Amino acid sequence: MRDFEYLAPCTLSEALQLLAQEDVHTWPLAGGTDLLVRMKDGSVKPGRIVDLSRVAELNGISEEEGIIRIGAMTRYSEVASSPLIQAKAPLLSEACRQIGSWQIRNLGTLAGNLVNASPAADSVPPLFALDAEVILANHRGERAVPVALLAEGPGRTCLGKDELLTSIRFRPLPEAAVSFFLRAGQRRALAISKTSLAFTGILDDRRSTWKEVRIALGAVAPTVIRAHRAETYLVGKPLRRKVLEEAAAIVSEEAKPITDVRSTIEYRRLVTGNLLIQGLWPLMKED
Amino acid sequence: MLRSIEVDSPRQLDSPRQRVTVTLRVNGQEYHLLLPARTTLLEALRENLGLTGTKEGCGKGECGACTVLLDGRPVNSCLMLASQAEDHDILTIEGLSSQENLDPLQAAFIAYGAVQCGYCIPGTLMTAKALLLINPRPSREQIQEAIAGNLCRCTGYEKIIEAIQSVSSQ
Repeated sequence: MRDFEYLAPCTLSEALQLLAQEDVHTWPLAGGTDLLVRMKDGSVKPGRIVDLSRVAELNGISEEEGIIRIGAMTRYSEVASSPLIQAKAPLLSEACRQIGSWQIRNLGTLAGNLVNASPAADSVPPLFALDAEVILANHRGERAVPVALLAEGPGRTCLGKDELLTSIRFRPLPEAAVSFFLRAGQRRALAISKTSLAFTGILDDRRSTWKEVRIALGAVAPTVIRAHRAETYLVGKPLRRKVLEEAAAIVSEEAKPITDVRSTIEYRRLVTGNLLIQGLWPLMKED
Repeated sequence: MLRSIEVDSPRQLDSPRQRVTVTLRVNGQEYHLLLPARTTLLEALRENLGLTGTKEGCGKGECGACTVLLDGRPVNSCLMLASQAEDHDILTIEGLSSQENLDPLQAAFIAYGAVQCGYCIPGTLMTAKALLLINPRPSREQIQEAIAGNLCRCTGYEKIIEAIQSVSSQ
């Protein structure tokens, strides 16, 4: 690794001031599970590292006025074990429980996963399905951005050079909501997903048809995407196997994967649809 | 009582702004170090403190050979800067046994033949230790899930899992 200057501010405003200085090529450091790898292989060469681990404002999970807030520096393991997230956004805790390995989950952060902008990031499809927004701050102020607009392509975000993702916010799922996160990879631990799917849905009062549905797909497009056509198709439809199979076929069409070292277009298309079937099958009534 | 030890750093070619003073608490002992900022926790343990039980495998967080416990939780020491470990309690394989007494996990690994080439074992032992600290009686599945980030190319894991199970059922 090349030499760099290391600073560890204790407040968010100090951190944002440091990021606003343009004299040195500065990188903020969160969990480091991606950044340190890239610094070692030389693809990132920061002149200055701003370590965010001492900034208390960036930590913690809370619920205030019907909004759940997760601080940028919250580690995957904390999200996975949070009773609040387990109760009110269980698909996010499921996803965080499956990321990397135990060692990685104790270091990596939700904000890092978002800002790294990998289309295969496992914590991101649940945040799409929760319709989350992220708060981006610089030394002048902050703005809220829907999570779907953060990533612009693989490794690219709308984040300004002096901006920091400080927190993630979303509304808790209603108690009766149906939700899940499923992924397919070479092995359960440490393997980057070949495809993943996050689902949140609300049924009508008689629990027979879908009232509201959100489906997000990972690793099958340049960014995480929503399967809008499948969502629209499901709304108003009953819990029937034939309906589910049709929705899965639409999901497979909406997936726009590539063939790479991890998988092929054909496999990814088929399995992405199958993940929807796998997740919802237990709810289906006989046709 | 913590003993404090000053450790000399080898001469570096970096500029003063690229150095950091770091206090590390490792195995109950406090060390004051002057290091290049780019020093990883793994490098500081091995090169500066001479604690070479912790190994480097892949250097990118995939193999788990560098696993140490940070406040009782396993982390990849190759993916942390030494500075990030300040104010935390670090436990390495050297701190697992006390004096002449092996940790029950170490004794079980020997008894069950869970060690072949041995390179992954310090990391695997640290993860197993962390598991038993939070869950003294883990199921086989919980053991498998816990050590999924510690790759072993010799044993096929079976004897490692049996060894961990034997300690948990004691």
